[in-house]
Amino acid sequence: MSERGASWVDEALREHEEHTAAEHTAAVDQAAEHGAAEQGAAEHGTGGRPGSPSDREQQVLDRIDRARRRRPRIREERITMSHGAGGKATHTLIEAVFLDAFRNPLLEPLEDAAQLQVGGARLALTTDSYVVSPLFFPGGNIGDLAVNGTVNDLAVSGATPLYLSAGFVLEEGFPVADLTTIVASMTAAAAAAGVQVVTGDTKVVERGKADGCYINTAGVGVVEHDLAMGAATARPGDVVIVSGPVGDHGVTIMLARGELDIEADLTSDTAAMNGMIAGLLGAVPGVRAMRDATRGGVATILNEVAVAAGVGVVVKEDQIPVRAQVRGAAELLGIDPMYVASEGRMVAIVDGEQADRAMAALRAHPLGEQAAVIGHITADSPGIVLLKTAFGGTRIVDLLVGDPLPRIC
Amino acid sequence: MRFVDEFRDADKAHALAARITELCEPGRQYKFMEVCGGHTHTIYKHGLEDYLPEAITLVHGPGCPVCVIPMGRVDDAIHLASQPDTIMTSFGDMMRVPGSQGSFFDAKAAGTDIRMVYSPLDSLKIARKNPDKRVVFMAIGFETTTPSTAMTLLRARAEGLENFSVFCNHVTIIPAIKAILDSPDLRLDGFIGPGHVSTVIGCRPYEFIAAGYGKPVVVAGFEPLDILQSIYMLMVQLSEGRCEVENQYTRVVPWDGNLAALTAINQVMELRPYFEWRGLGFITHSAMRLREEYRAFDAEVLFNVPGVRVADPKACQCGEVLKGVLKPWECKVFGTACTPETPIGTCMVSPEGACAAYYNYGRMNRRRVVEVEVGRP
Repeated sequence: MSERGASWVDEALREHEEHTAAEHTAAVDQAAEHGAAEQGAAEHGTGGRPGSPSDREQQVLDRIDRARRRRPRIREERITMSHGAGGKATHTLIEAVFLDAFRNPLLEPLEDAAQLQVGGARLALTTDSYVVSPLFFPGGNIGDLAVNGTVNDLAVSGATPLYLSAGFVLEEGFPVADLTTIVASMTAAAAAAGVQVVTGDTKVVERGKADGCYINTAGVGVVEHDLAMGAATARPGDVVIVSGPVGDHGVTIMLARGELDIEADLTSDTAAMNGMIAGLLGAVPGVRAMRDATRGGVATILNEVAVAAGVGVVVKEDQIPVRAQVRGAAELLGIDPMYVASEGRMVAIVDGEQADRAMAALRAHPLGEQAAVIGHITADSPGIVLLKTAFGGTRIVDLLVGDPLPRIC
Repeated sequence: MRFVDEFRDADKAHALAARITELCEPGRQYKFMEVCGGHTHTIYKHGLEDYLPEAITLVHGPGCPVCVIPMGRVDDAIHLASQPDTIMTSFGDMMRVPGSQGSFFDAKAAGTDIRMVYSPLDSLKIARKNPDKRVVFMAIGFETTTPSTAMTLLRARAEGLENFSVFCNHVTIIPAIKAILDSPDLRLDGFIGPGHVSTVIGCRPYEFIAAGYGKPVVVAGFEPLDILQSIYMLMVQLSEGRCEVENQYTRVVPWDGNLAALTAINQVMELRPYFEWRGLGFITHSAMRLREEYRAFDAEVLFNVPGVRVADPKACQCGEVLKGVLKPWECKVFGTACTPETPIGTCMVSPEGACAAYYNYGRMNRRRVVEVEVGRP
């Protein structure tokens, strides 16, 4: 057992030393370029010399910042549950394996849907798989989740959703009655969202090789405006809006599993947001980006915006709408509602000048009645999400590590 | 949310902070150690340091149950879990703790049956449901969690469950505090005492700290106002020249502890002669093992546990961080080689670890973060 020793630790440390050495060399070269005259000034001045603890801390923070910008690498030999959690490990997996292999300009923005120019039309294309457990939960089931999720991915990319595909992976022995219920929910959800399921696929695997029923949906939509949207377009002065209370879906699923012996009057928020979003886009030209707050929650989206646009994001904890039941359950379980999934909520980054119009447009739709401005974009602390806590302190909100709630959608 | 929001009131925090600042003697620096990782987590999660005057520094102590588990113990656990027909259960916090060959998560991905439980009693449920499997609960934690393991063992024995055992890693807080007090590296002005541990052991065990070492102790709750108030109580003691053990967490902690819980522990467990702590080395009488009468439930007796000893990686300075000698960011590999996603040191794993708390919540230079207010309504 111990022959191999702590090999992965050695590897991590060796890599660390290589980078440290490279950075040191770069710093020495830079100093040489600046010449002796400036060097004298720097020694006497307040420049980056190791001095006060605050300066030293800043140097460490800068080093960490550089480390975080390095090309992500997968250290694990096998896929772990963290790779599916929507947090850091998912990002690493996507960038190191998928993006690296499939790299092209359409994929690179890593938005919820790809934007395609086909003939004279701008189309949006997206796909999503659903493995939620349990299949049926208060407020919905895997069927309406699969329709709404894909509709929402198209809608937040600024597209009008049109057509969906539906692929089913079914486990031998799965009750046909359950499948019928699921498909009926899909039909109802598609009708509500104004989309049609126009193609599909069915596979059956042996008992034990899948968990009842998995669904994949893909969706096509058309982009009917010429706004250039995307997380990278956020700029200082923009406001951050969420369209309603966050975390309902995640907490509902967790409680529906019945492992926790906690009960709460709560249902999933699964819903198609295309109607609400059409209203917003019609009223507000200054919408920079929208994301649906699924896996990884609001916190993950804000981090994606901060990194993609090279800006800071400041949010105020007491402005974030969270239902009391969700807060209570999250508090008991030691999880932060900012990381818990919703399936009918989005985060929008909007030009600060148009914040009032955006709020009015969102609140005019039943899904957006509880929309709230939760923060703003700043030029300070680029790449970082800061939270003013309800207690009155300040802290960072980072990407999630690990997976507190697997198979949420 | 009632019973929570009251303890996170910003107005009360401002008032307390002002009184704390008033009590600072000009030119004097104060260093208080919060022993418990739960406190460290609260401090960072709520940004509590923003309220403290520069004269007061909080030093993070060793009371994070996951942080003190040495690598070898994780290797042993994974070895146990890899035995045929075995299900290993443990708390979620343990899942990412690195052993020399990887963590529970890695072992799980490689096919080992390791399951997360919220209570050791859930392991009993799993044992009952899987009579053809051996279920081993990896027990970790200070006196806070020891009683629940003890109760689980009492129940397992009463039920005559034959396929359940415990890999016991329970540690005790007092020897660790003593090790820190005896360490020459650190000068402290007082302790914020661990709240949950004290619900079990009470406040008396800390009296030696005040009487023998001349340091005041205030046992504190886990909401941010609890901690701020306990800092205030420490400052009052210092300004009045007192040195006592006080209890801020009276709503939960009885002065004499919980006799029923202590009795349960005593029925099932006894002190080990010594135990290895990550970064702190071997500390005598610092951990629990199962009593002879509970051999049938003791994984260390039932299975051939290799007893792996893995030296901490040299670059990893968990020991210094656990003792409060180094701030997390002062560790050589902090945030670069050692991060929450690929932790080398245990302090980077648990949400209660000082390094993880600093990395996830406090990775900013407070002196340089300009007071940024959220703008428009």
